[in-house]
Amino acid sequence: MEKILIELSQEGQIGYSVPENDMGETDISKILPQKYMRATIPKLPQVSEPDLRRHFTKLSQLNYSLTTNFYPLGSCTMKYNPPVNEKIANLPGLRYLHPYQPENTVQGMLEILYELQDVFCQITGMDNMTLQPSAGAQGEFTGLLLIRAYFKSKNERRNKIIVPDSAHGTNPASAKIAGFEILPLHSEPDGHIDPAKLKEILTDDVAALMLTAPNTLGVFEKDILILTDMMHKNGSLLYYDGANLNALMGHARPGDLGFDIIHINLHKTFSTPHGGGGPGAGPVGVKKALEPFLPKPVINKNKNVYSFIYDRPKSIGKVRSFYGNIPVLIKAYCYIKALGREGLKKVSEQAVINANYLLAILKEKLPAPAGDRCMHEFILSGKPLNKCGVKTLDVAKRLLDYGYYAPTIYFPLIIEEAIMIEPTETESKSTLDEFARVLINILEEAQNTPDLLKNAPQNTPVSRLNEVEAARKPILRW
Amino acid sequence: MNYIPVTDKEKQEMLAKIGVKTSDELFSSIPKSARIKDLNISAGISEQALIRLLEDKSKKNSSLKDFLNFRGAGIYEHFIPTLVEEITSRSEFSTAYTPYQPEASQGTLQSIFEYQSMIAEITGMDVANASMYDGASATAEAAMLSLRSSGRRKLIISGLLHPEYQQVLRTYLQGTDVDIEVIQQVDGITSLSKLKNFVNNECASVIIQSPNFFGSIEDLDEIRKLTTEHGALLIQVLNPLSLGILKTPGEIGCDIAVGEGQVLGSATGFGGFTFGFFAAKKALAWKIPGRIVGQTIDTKNRRGFVLTLQAREQHIKREKATSNICTNAALNALSGCVYLSGWGPHGLKELAGLNIRKSHYAYDKISKVKGFEPAFKNQLFFNEFVLRTKKNIDEIEKNLLSENIIGPFALKGFYPELSDCLLFCVTETKTKEDIDKLVAILGK
Ligand SMILES: Cc1ncc(COP(=O)(O)O)c(C=O)c1O
Repeated sequence: MEKILIELSQEGQIGYSVPENDMGETDISKILPQKYMRATIPKLPQVSEPDLRRHFTKLSQLNYSLTTNFYPLGSCTMKYNPPVNEKIANLPGLRYLHPYQPENTVQGMLEILYELQDVFCQITGMDNMTLQPSAGAQGEFTGLLLIRAYFKSKNERRNKIIVPDSAHGTNPASAKIAGFEILPLHSEPDGHIDPAKLKEILTDDVAALMLTAPNTLGVFEKDILILTDMMHKNGSLLYYDGANLNALMGHARPGDLGFDIIHINLHKTFSTPHGGGGPGAGPVGVKKALEPFLPKPVINKNKNVYSFIYDRPKSIGKVRSFYGNIPVLIKAYCYIKALGREGLKKVSEQAVINANYLLAILKEKLPAPAGDRCMHEFILSGKPLNKCGVKTLDVAKRLLDYGYYAPTIYFPLIIEEAIMIEPTETESKSTLDEFARVLINILEEAQNTPDLLKNAPQNTPVSRLNEVEAARKPILRW
Repeated sequence: MNYIPVTDKEKQEMLAKIGVKTSDELFSSIPKSARIKDLNISAGISEQALIRLLEDKSKKNSSLKDFLNFRGAGIYEHFIPTLVEEITSRSEFSTAYTPYQPEASQGTLQSIFEYQSMIAEITGMDVANASMYDGASATAEAAMLSLRSSGRRKLIISGLLHPEYQQVLRTYLQGTDVDIEVIQQVDGITSLSKLKNFVNNECASVIIQSPNFFGSIEDLDEIRKLTTEHGALLIQVLNPLSLGILKTPGEIGCDIAVGEGQVLGSATGFGGFTFGFFAAKKALAWKIPGRIVGQTIDTKNRRGFVLTLQAREQHIKREKATSNICTNAALNALSGCVYLSGWGPHGLKELAGLNIRKSHYAYDKISKVKGFEPAFKNQLFFNEFVLRTKKNIDEIEKNLLSENIIGPFALKGFYPELSDCLLFCVTETKTKEDIDKLVAILGK
């Protein structure tokens, strides 16, 4: 393994050259009193630039990434990230702008953001958008605050949000910090929501239902229109977790299905790289009735002049500083421009074909609890392997040995030994065929040589890591 | 343009294997009434046309590459060593996902561990997380932590906390019945006497930014005594680069240190390349929001790194999680990691020293220009300061722009009572000549 930085440190080395001091060598303590100065010296590494470059380059090579390996992570949408988008986001006229420079000096940027809001409205069927939220979860939080503000303006006291157990973990967490009480809704064994069960818990203090569609089992709610109708008749709103919009884009719009609020994960559907955990962006779209509450500022266009409007008395305020994760927004803009209406539609079509194709092959080998059709992703259960003493986790680790990142596992929580696969549209048929072949091979290994799985991975930079020990005796820094 | 590798022939084979005639059948679970034929957006274009289109738009902006910039106010222009962008643009880092499978993600995990270590070192705190969205949301999360861990319902914030952070904090707390007391400033720092009136045993935390929005360094030792006395947490919001020289939150005795990491190796990016850092005392480790990486061993006793303390997180705890954060700002934090690793303790100190020298040079020079004077008596500052002017602020901005200078930030938008005041920022990126040019134009 690569040493950690502090072990590479040599007293006296420096990586970067400090800019020239053209101000003279006055003693800083003549400028600032000693009591405001630090007394300790931070234990920062002292490493030369050549060694630093090797260090971080080696670290990068210990990663699986989308440009090095197939990454069939369900719910995470690891699709190809076009490098042209990076190149564009780095153009000096887009990268080196100050958020507080005069508006007349950033008209190109405002135009991009304005148009981006517009296409997102078209794609989702919403009336207006904010680009401010920095991730899906922050989008959810924003959406829930919009719901609060909406009911407050109508003098209605609704403090409950219904969240199905098939929802992503961020949904209940976001609803909680937005001050709502969470009503869990149990989904059926195949992942669907039964309108009768919704009815049982639907009282007049319910503000909204948060729905992921297609849900985390990769299925589209068959009773969606019944559900939306029930909620609206109850005076409640519908929140659409649009993290998985890549299944729908160009084929249907959540706004047309009756949803009132949506967030979209740009780092999934719109091909912006996940950066090892971020940054992302989670724009939120709303129907007209919720528009006055959107975060400020909003962008205004008047005769081809763009400006920020802060005077929004009903706005929930700001959810992040400045205007959003701009580079992520620019990359999504590029992606949409390049693909256009046909391209986006094709994306969903192929994402759904790829997932169904893999499912068709693999359901012959493992149970598919949510049925033998899916949208952009599907669930298998590794339960039958338990009788060989093998768990889903072992299958995942063995896949790493074969050069594949593992699918999402043990999620959603409601499926035993879940394996969640999302191939995305940017994988070729031969990649899928080869992946299926390897997975089937691993299932055979589970029967014949289960230890190969239980001791996996062996071909990775480290073998299986002790996560229990890490939590029991946390070592969180050097 | 599209990025789909499947050919038409293969597509037919795949549909046959699935057992459908057309792909349309795969969408049959979506109600007909909601199906659309096409999106109402423009047609796709080639890569060449895309580059051209965006180059044209980018040219409608005035880039700081062509303008001299003296504006900070939360986002700062600093020199970025070439290695930082060389490393973060490596696709093995940028196109990886959250490191759920640690054996296949040691690069990301180790770099986060190194990042956590360096944030803890420069702040003098015990632990740091793997990053948050930005300084504002990190501040809000710190406030929520203090409310959670104390069970108290009152917060005290300095009126010199970045106004946008104040707004974000209020947004985050909309769903609660928390009382927020704002302490006004005197002479560019938070009024200690007013603060004393409000800190009591119902107060969960006191949140102070230092250097504050006006650039002033606050005297936190007195405030620390107050919070300790009343069992409240002290949360310092800070500029991490200033810690090359300034007293650390650890030395002061703060409980939580948060702030904006953009200054550590990220471009200004119209305010988009942000990451929040979050560091705390050990006692709070289990309550920290977001991801944390820990060191462990593999089956062969070799060192390795994993995501740890995950039982606090939303995917396990759902509504009982310590926060809802999932995707964070890992790649921007990697910039911070590579940035901090190359200066070392001495380089960081020299860099901070340069900021102090240059900004003080500018302060002295501009203060002597006719029509300008210090806004506060004896302002102690790092790289930002406030001057009062008798001149017309809009005129100043116009004049500077016509000379390709993005001038100081006018405080009137956030602090109407200081409508004749300007916040100047001078970092190591400005030479003596640049500053002299600014001074000359201001004197015209
Ligand atoms: C269905 C769903 N909802 C919400 C989220 C949360 O998004 P983010 O990680 O960007 O906060 C995710 C992804 O993690 C998701 O898959």
